[in-house]
Amino acid sequence: MKTSYELDKEKILEIIGKKASFLPKKIVEELISKIIAKRLSLEEAEKVIELAAQQYISSLIEPGEAIGTVTAQSIGEPGTQMTLRTFHYAGVRELNVTLGLPRFIELVDAKKTPSTPIMYIYLKDEYKNDREKALEVARKIELTTVDNVTLEVSTDPYTNSIMIRLDPEFLEDKGVSVEQVANVLKKYGDVRISDEDPYMVIISTNESDVFRLEKLKNKILKTRIKGIKGIKRAIVRRTGDEYVIVTDGSNLRSVLKLREIDPYRTYTNNIKEIEEVLGIEAARAALIREMANVLKEQGLDVDIRHLILVADMMTYTGTVRQIGRHGVTGEKESVLARAAFEITARHLLDAAARGEEDLLRGVAENVIVGQHMWIGTGRVKLFMKLSRKNEGVSNVSS
Amino acid sequence: MSETKSRKSKSSKSQSASYSFDIFKHELVPKHEIVPIDEAVEILKRLGVKPEDLPWIRASDPAVRAIGGKPGDIIRVIRKSPTAGEVVVYRYVIPG
Repeated sequence: MKTSYELDKEKILEIIGKKASFLPKKIVEELISKIIAKRLSLEEAEKVIELAAQQYISSLIEPGEAIGTVTAQSIGEPGTQMTLRTFHYAGVRELNVTLGLPRFIELVDAKKTPSTPIMYIYLKDEYKNDREKALEVARKIELTTVDNVTLEVSTDPYTNSIMIRLDPEFLEDKGVSVEQVANVLKKYGDVRISDEDPYMVIISTNESDVFRLEKLKNKILKTRIKGIKGIKRAIVRRTGDEYVIVTDGSNLRSVLKLREIDPYRTYTNNIKEIEEVLGIEAARAALIREMANVLKEQGLDVDIRHLILVADMMTYTGTVRQIGRHGVTGEKESVLARAAFEITARHLLDAAARGEEDLLRGVAENVIVGQHMWIGTGRVKLFMKLSRKNEGVSNVSS
Repeated sequence: MSETKSRKSKSSKSQSASYSFDIFKHELVPKHEIVPIDEAVEILKRLGVKPEDLPWIRASDPAVRAIGGKPGDIIRVIRKSPTAGEVVVYRYVIPG
């Protein structure tokens, strides 16, 4: 009994456009798929759309609702249950990720670098199932300094030379040859490999001062042989059906330049880097993602809209600002609100010296002066139209 | 000999640097576009705000630079939202 169905996507869209054009895309899509799946008639479909629109309007936040306070409580209460323990293992034994309360605080404070920066580097389609290639890329980006492959170093003040004995095991592990090491050291002076020991590199410099020779030694040890600055370790991990490189340390700008990787999925947990390389909107998205991830990891169910509000507050000036003294709270317009937060006397004194004005529009300042806050029912004022006085009608206006 | 080698490695580096990267293809970056001036006026009227009341975005922001926005422009951002599917917001380009 399969009669041709009278409604299709276009037709439903048309009805929605007429009756409820304000519905967001997700609800519209859901309506369409449900209506078609249930094979509703035209009248039924219209009724359903009307009801959906009604429901949508009635669940909108009322004007004047103190959403900031609701958000603060909705994050704060579950926050009390978060672990104070900093480290959690994220699959790989040797890789730690800060999670829980410390990580959340870090995000909200808009710290420049997270305490455990981590990148997830995805590979291009042609390499993503190739373990060898993944390992090769991982080795390539892992920062290797002379120090990493050195067994011992000594300086000889008589010949102004520095002798470095390299560790064959480390060399093998990092995939570096003695020649490569010798090559990067060329800028410091004459480099030769010792005749007696193939792993001994001798650098003859023209530095005659003992202290400066010592200084040069330290500089040499920090010299980069290969890799990307900031990437301390790179581990290949299988996630789903592909190999992903997870790194300890982060350098988004440089990693994005690699050819073997998929730059469009590569991710770092360093919000500041995302802001610099991908812009404020990406930083906002990453903030939400990171915050949601922390809460999910702890098994806490906080509505994502609260996190969105926090991220919006942090990013609406075009840069990521922390929630606190040097950010959202500290840059409040109202003198009294700032004074109520921290260092009361200084804020009042500075404001007095500058002749600042407080318009008493926020919550804190109105609480201080003992007025109604401009929130919820406090937004509504009653007044009487004098001309209508005789009819005994008062008008409500917001 | 070593000189040519190092130069070679340098040139390959600069080559990979010029490798084109479209930031709007990145999964974190939503679509940005400059709103034409007449449309912008209409939007501001509808929202009942002055341009500087909109959220800001710096002119040096990588996304703004990619589409060539200048201070004073209004940028339309079409975000993917977990709650609403798709959300359109506007940002006002500020110098900096």
